[in-house]
Amino acid sequence: MVAVTSPAFEANARAALVDAKLQKALGHIKDGFVQRRTAAAARLPEFDALRDLAKEIKDHTLDHLDLYLAHFERRVTESGGVVHWCRDAAEARETVLTICHAAGAKSVTKGKSMVGEEIALNDFLEKNGIEPVETDLGEYIIQLRREPPSHIIAPAIHVNKEQVAEAFRAAHTELPADRPLEEPAALLAEARAMLRRKFLAADIGITGANFLIAETGSTVIVTNEGNGDLTQMLPRVHVVLASIEKVVPTLEDVSTILRLLARSATGQEFSVYTTFSTGPRRPADLDGPEQFHVILLDNGRSAMLGTPFQEMLRCIRCGACLNHCPVYGAVGGHAYGWVYPGPMGAVLTPWLVGLDQAKHLPNASTFCGKCESVCPMRIPLPGLMRRLRERAHLERLDAPVARGALAAWSFVARRPRLYCAVAAIAARTLASLGGRAGCLRRLPLARGWMQGRDMPAPEGRTFMAQWRERAR
Amino acid sequence: MSAAREAILSRLRAVARETRAGAAAVEARLADRKPNLVPARARQPRRETIDGFRRMAIEASAVVRRIRHTDDIPDAVMAILRSENRPARLAMAPDAMLEALGWNRAMVEIRSGRAEAHDEVGLSVAFAGIAETGTLMMASGPTSPATLGFLPESHIVVLSADDVRGAYEDGWALLRARGGLPRTVNFITGPSRSADIEQKLQMGAHGPRNLHILLIDPDAAEPPGDR
Ligand code: SF4
Repeated sequence: MVAVTSPAFEANARAALVDAKLQKALGHIKDGFVQRRTAAAARLPEFDALRDLAKEIKDHTLDHLDLYLAHFERRVTESGGVVHWCRDAAEARETVLTICHAAGAKSVTKGKSMVGEEIALNDFLEKNGIEPVETDLGEYIIQLRREPPSHIIAPAIHVNKEQVAEAFRAAHTELPADRPLEEPAALLAEARAMLRRKFLAADIGITGANFLIAETGSTVIVTNEGNGDLTQMLPRVHVVLASIEKVVPTLEDVSTILRLLARSATGQEFSVYTTFSTGPRRPADLDGPEQFHVILLDNGRSAMLGTPFQEMLRCIRCGACLNHCPVYGAVGGHAYGWVYPGPMGAVLTPWLVGLDQAKHLPNASTFCGKCESVCPMRIPLPGLMRRLRERAHLERLDAPVARGALAAWSFVARRPRLYCAVAAIAARTLASLGGRAGCLRRLPLARGWMQGRDMPAPEGRTFMAQWRERAR
Repeated sequence: MSAAREAILSRLRAVARETRAGAAAVEARLADRKPNLVPARARQPRRETIDGFRRMAIEASAVVRRIRHTDDIPDAVMAILRSENRPARLAMAPDAMLEALGWNRAMVEIRSGRAEAHDEVGLSVAFAGIAETGTLMMASGPTSPATLGFLPESHIVVLSADDVRGAYEDGWALLRARGGLPRTVNFITGPSRSADIEQKLQMGAHGPRNLHILLIDPDAAEPPGDR
């Protein structure tokens, strides 16, 4: 598993807030993704109706997941492919390695796969003497920098072009050292040329899957670069990494959800390449892989089924909730400390790495509700985060100070007389602290919180006191 | 790994709600394949559908050139090679219609087959066009290698106006009528691009920098030509 730094969320976030480069990079999100999504959604009058349907499709599929997966497997097998079932990350890694060994593979190209990140496949392959090459430009950049992704659809969003140039100069030592690399266009051209060689030399191509289609046994990838396609069509073997909740019933159903995916993610009408792969190459085909493997990974998903968190399994990884989240926008993805950041990560990560590790993430929210309002799959993200907060409290994972404060409050709140008395003292004290301006600039025990805000002071008498007076 | 298979499936069965519709409903849904909601823009009359395809493809940065007849293909292709300053070489899909055209083989070197690493220009025939987003639907097969659309720097695609449909669902219906899915169905909407460096959009990431669509549209109202 990728090192989990989620327990250090608070420190990570503090560091991120003063990282000037990161803050500049995060600034691109608002005028990019956010505006374009708004425009794309407004242009399709049926957008919200499609969201309702997409939710229904996934709810129905998740309720019948065993049946749809079995049907998917049957179709893959009929079309000449192989399905491998894996309970956890370790089983998935071993399965990939077995396929690599059987094919005598030395080098592997990879299309972007969040499941690949989740099972930390690259490190594992390297340790076993196989060279994994990420081919999505963003993934390639962070692979060279030896970092995890900081965004689920724009993995290198935290990196600026000077840092990319630095990484390329360090890695591509066979190129002239004095070549100009100032412009993004030059960087892209260099990556294209370097990766072309890798595509052509690879023995195995590994992609993720945005969807699996039960009706046909197809796997679907959605990209803009075309790297996923070169990854899967040039090598002899195509391996698809997919978690079990990716399945949908029919081509019609995937069409409905595809109308939401690009618009929610990048604000495009449609991504450039949407590719449906069914089995290995056919007898008279001139290109395509000779073997087709699909790895179906559970890794914690089945534990969410049948609970309120089943709703999270509708997620299509569009990234809209990250793009619209004020907390993500302030601290970026690495602060969350694992593979999935932002609101979707705050809900998912505790299930995949344990709530004890990820207990801070559900707190990394202002509950403004923006994520839920843009989620194409209508996932109630704030509600699910609240449930995780409750669970953290019940499992005594929250901080002693917070527990103490809550216990004290509940003691007082359940005793009306005591409550009135304490409230009266508090109101008077705050009123006198507020002085003539009636404004609080400082509060004991809340220095950090008050640093950025002022608060109107109470006038000195509680609501209950005023109520009693007027009732007279 | 069949132990894992049993473990996962039995877990899924164990947590399944008792109120779920069950196996019969699943089979029915898989057999029925009813389109869900198809947007109004994908349900237009024929002429609007063809023009809508063209408009959306151009918006996605494809270059659309309308021609009257398949016989016009060689001239249109040569014009593209010249305008892009390409060597007179072409990797062409081994498609009977393309092969039968009056190519001036003294002027252009044509290799029929899949694309290779050094190919600069690939020529293939679309299975269908989807108007709602200006998307080409490519079906791989012996006469339509998928590499032609990804390895070369320029991809030229012939699309007959008769094969333009409104919605993705219409494309699936066509394909099912032809006998099911090939190894690869590529939906292609414009040329390759990336915004992974500082969120600045750049064309020509790993796939083609240029996507040309030769739309065979004999009864277009305006005179044929670029864009
Ligand atoms: S939770 Fe919703 S908005 Fe966030 S990535 Fe998943 S589908 Fe997109």
